[in-house]
Amino acid sequence: MELDKIIVSLLGFGGIGFIGWFFFGKKASSNAVEVGDAITIQVSGGYAPATIQLQKDKKTTITFHRTDPSSCLEEVVLSDFKIRKFLPLNKDISIEITPQKAGEFPFVCGMNMFHGKIIVK
Amino acid sequence: MSEIKETFSLKGMHCASCVRVNERALKNVQGVKDAVVNLAAETAMVTYDANTASLDSMKNAVKKFGYSLFRQDLEDGSEGAKEIYQLRRKVAVGAFAGVLILWGSFPFIMDYSPLFLRNFYIQFILASIVQFWVGLDFYKTTYNSLRNRLANMDVLVALGTSAAYIFSTAVTFFPHLFTRLSISPEPYFDVAAIVITLILLGRLLEARAKAGTSTAIKKLLGLQAKTARIVKDGKERDIPIEEVQVGDILRVRPGEKIPVDGIITEGQSAIDEAMVTGESIPVEKGIQDSVIGATMNKSGTFLYKATKIGKETMLGQIIKLVQEAQGSRAPIQKLADTVSSYFVPIVMMIAVLTFVIWYLFGPEPSFSYALITAITVLIIACPCAMGLATPTAVMVGVGKAASFGILIRDAESLQKAQGITTVVFDKTGTLTRGKPEVTDIIVARGPVASFPPTSARSSLASSNELRASRNPSTSTTPRVENAILQVAASLERGSEHPLAEAIVQKAESENLTFVQVLKFQAIAGHGIEGLIKEKKAVLGNRRLMEREKIVIDEMLPAVEKLENEGKTVMLLGFDGRLSGLVAVADILKDSSRAGVDALHRIGIETVMITGDNERTARAIGEKAGITRILANVLPEDKEREIRTIQHEKKAVAMVGDGVNDAPALAASDVGIAMGSGTDVAIEAADITLINKEITSVAKAVLLSKKTMRIIKQNLFWAFGYNVILIPVAAGVLYPFFGLLLSPILASAAMALSSVSVITNSLRLKNVNV
Repeated sequence: MELDKIIVSLLGFGGIGFIGWFFFGKKASSNAVEVGDAITIQVSGGYAPATIQLQKDKKTTITFHRTDPSSCLEEVVLSDFKIRKFLPLNKDISIEITPQKAGEFPFVCGMNMFHGKIIVK
Repeated sequence: MSEIKETFSLKGMHCASCVRVNERALKNVQGVKDAVVNLAAETAMVTYDANTASLDSMKNAVKKFGYSLFRQDLEDGSEGAKEIYQLRRKVAVGAFAGVLILWGSFPFIMDYSPLFLRNFYIQFILASIVQFWVGLDFYKTTYNSLRNRLANMDVLVALGTSAAYIFSTAVTFFPHLFTRLSISPEPYFDVAAIVITLILLGRLLEARAKAGTSTAIKKLLGLQAKTARIVKDGKERDIPIEEVQVGDILRVRPGEKIPVDGIITEGQSAIDEAMVTGESIPVEKGIQDSVIGATMNKSGTFLYKATKIGKETMLGQIIKLVQEAQGSRAPIQKLADTVSSYFVPIVMMIAVLTFVIWYLFGPEPSFSYALITAITVLIIACPCAMGLATPTAVMVGVGKAASFGILIRDAESLQKAQGITTVVFDKTGTLTRGKPEVTDIIVARGPVASFPPTSARSSLASSNELRASRNPSTSTTPRVENAILQVAASLERGSEHPLAEAIVQKAESENLTFVQVLKFQAIAGHGIEGLIKEKKAVLGNRRLMEREKIVIDEMLPAVEKLENEGKTVMLLGFDGRLSGLVAVADILKDSSRAGVDALHRIGIETVMITGDNERTARAIGEKAGITRILANVLPEDKEREIRTIQHEKKAVAMVGDGVNDAPALAASDVGIAMGSGTDVAIEAADITLINKEITSVAKAVLLSKKTMRIIKQNLFWAFGYNVILIPVAAGVLYPFFGLLLSPILASAAMALSSVSVITNSLRLKNVNV
C-alpha cells in the first residue's frame, strides 16, 4: 500500500476512535449543583449546570437563559413535570416546579439532542 | 424569609427612561431586593421577600408614575417572530450569494455567466459571507456543543460545509500544491454556500410549520375577553381583564364575552359555550347558575359575581392542561430518543470511514470522491426529523382534541386510547342525564282510607306526564296520588339516595307540604322506613315488601312493566298494607345512542355498569344500544368489574363522572371522565370530556388512532430516511449503478425531511372524527 493511503487509513481509524472517545467516553463528572429557592441554567451548547439537585416538596424556580442560536435548543422539555417551554434567545424564562417524589428526572431540548438532569432528594 | 423571583407584566412603557423610573419605583418598595425591567418584553423581573412586599404595594409603586403592573397571566406558547425575521434575512443573502457562485461554477450554466463570477477569488468572497455571516450560528452552536463534548445537527453542518469551504479556499490560493498531489484544483464554494442556505431555508420552513403546531393554544388564548365591566359603588366602568378580582360584580350585555368564571346574581340569558366546552346548543342561565369565562352572552343582560380569575378559570385550566399534555412524552418516542442521543457522533464516524474507503478504493481523483462523499454523509443525516416525529403530532392531536371539548391528560393517555377494545359506561350521570325524575305514581286498588289526610295546598297533579302514566286499572283521584307522593317525599327527605331528591323535588313542584316522620331509618339494599302518625310507613323495593310481609301481587304487572321501561320502582307500604308505588327514571342523554353506535362502528365493544336491578338496567342499556350489562354492582365493586374485563385480555376505557367512579377510572386502562362544573382537571382521568357528550368518546378514540398513525408514519419516514440515504450518500450505489448523491441534493433532502415530518403532523388539524 502506498504511503498516503497508509497515512489516511491511520488518521481515519484514529479519527473514528477519537470521535468515540470524545463523545461517548467518560466525561469529567459534572457534580450536581444544589439548588435553594432558585437557579439559572445557561443554555448554550447544552445546559450549564447540566445536573441540579432539588429538594422534594419544595417549590423551586428554574430560569433558563438561552444564548445559543441553535433551533435545537429553542425548546426545553421536562416531560416528568409536563413542561415544554419555548426559550427565546437572550431572555430569561422561568418555570416553577415542586417535585413530589425523589428520583432523577431528565430535561432535554426539543429534539432530545441535549440533556440535563434534575436529582430530587 | 421567603425570597421570590417573579416576572410581572408591566404596561405603559414607551422609552428607556420608563425602564429606569419603574426599576427605581419597584426597588423603593419595602421588601423588594431587585427589579429588572425589560422594555421590549414589557416585563419586570422582581426579586422580593413575599412576607414583606405584596403585589399591591408593587402595583401602587408603579401606578404613581402612570404604569400598571400585574401578574403574568395565561402565557402564549409562541414567541420567536424576531428569530424568524433574522432567519429570513440570512436565507435571502445566502440564496443571492449561492446562486451567483453556482452560476459561475456549475457546468453548462457557467458558460452563460459574466466572467467575474467565474473568478475563484470572487467566489471565495461570496462564499466567505455565506460561511461566516449566514452560517455563523452553526459555528456558535458547534463551539458551544463541543466544549461540552456534545454534538447536534449543527455540528454536522458546520463540519461538512467547513470541509468544502477550507478545501476550496486552499485550492483557490495554493492550486499548485494540489496539482502536485494529483488532486484536481476545483473549488466547491457552491457546495458550502448552497448547503448552508438550503439548510437554513429548511429551518425557516420548519419554524413556520412548527408555529402551526401550537395554534390550538393561541386559539384558546384568543377566546379571552380583553375587558370587563365592573359595577362598583353604583357606577359601571370598563377595566382590563387582568384587574378583575374574585368577588367583583360584573355586568355582561348581549353579544359580549363573559370575562371570567362566576355566578349570576341578577338577570338571565342564553349563553353560547361552544368555544370552551364544545357544547353546541346555547344554555339558558339564571340567578345562581355558574357562567364560564370566554363564553358568549347571546340575549339578555345580567350581573354576576366573579368566582375564578386568571389561571383558575375554566379556560385557564384548559390551556394549562393542553400545555401540559403537549409537554409530555409518549412511550412510542423512546426508541427515537435513544437513537438520537447516539446519532450525530455515529454519523461523524461513518463520514470518516466513508472518506477512508473512497480514498483507498475509489476511482481517481479518489481524494475528490472521498471528500465529497464524506461531506454528503455529514449533510444528509437528519436527527431532527426523529426528534420532531412524535412531539409535533402530539401537539397537534392534543390541540385538535381540545377544540372538540376533549382534554387529554398526556401523550401516554393519547397512546393508550388508540388501543381501546372495550368501553365501560357508568349509567347514572354518564349515559343518563343524572337527574332522575318521577315519571309514574300508581295507587293500589285496595282501600286507602288509612292514609293520613293530605295537607297539600294544591290537590291536583298538574303534570301531564303524571296523568298520562296513571294506571288505568286503578281508579283513584289525583288527590290520592298526591297523598302517596307526600308520604314518599316525607320519608325520602331524610335519605341521601340519589333517587330521593327526585321524589322530594316532585313533591315540592306540586306544592305539597311534608308530614312529620319519626324513627326514620334507611335499610341498606332495601329502602327506608319511619313512623307517620304513629303508623309504620315503608318505601323501597320488593325485598323490603317481603321483609315487611306486605302483599304486592296486585301491582306486580305494573312493577314489571315499569322496570321493563328502565324505570326504578319504589313501593309504598303504610300500616302493613300496600298503598301504591312511585316510579323514577333517569332520562338517557340525547347523545348516548349515537355515541354508543359510533363506538360499535369502529369495532369497540360497549358495556354498561350500574347499581340498578337487571331488568331496569337492561331496559336502559337497550335504549342506549348496549347489550352487555353489569347490573346490581355496588359502587365499591365497579373497580373489580373493570379488572374482570381486563382479565379477558381487553383494553378497557371506563367512562364515569370522575368523582364517585374515581377508583374504577384509575383501574381502567384509560379513564374517561365527564367534566363537572368549571373544574376540568379530574385527577383520576386520562381524558376529560368537558362537553359531557357520549359521542366524544368515539371521537377521542378515533383522534388518538389518527394521531398514532401519523406518529408511526413520521417515525417510519425519519428512520427510513436516515437508514436509506446515509448509505446512499456514502456511495453504496456507486459500485452497482455508478450513482453518487450530490451534497447540494443531500442538503435539499435534509432540509425537507424535518419540514415533511411537521407538515404530516399538521394534517391532523384537518381530520374529521
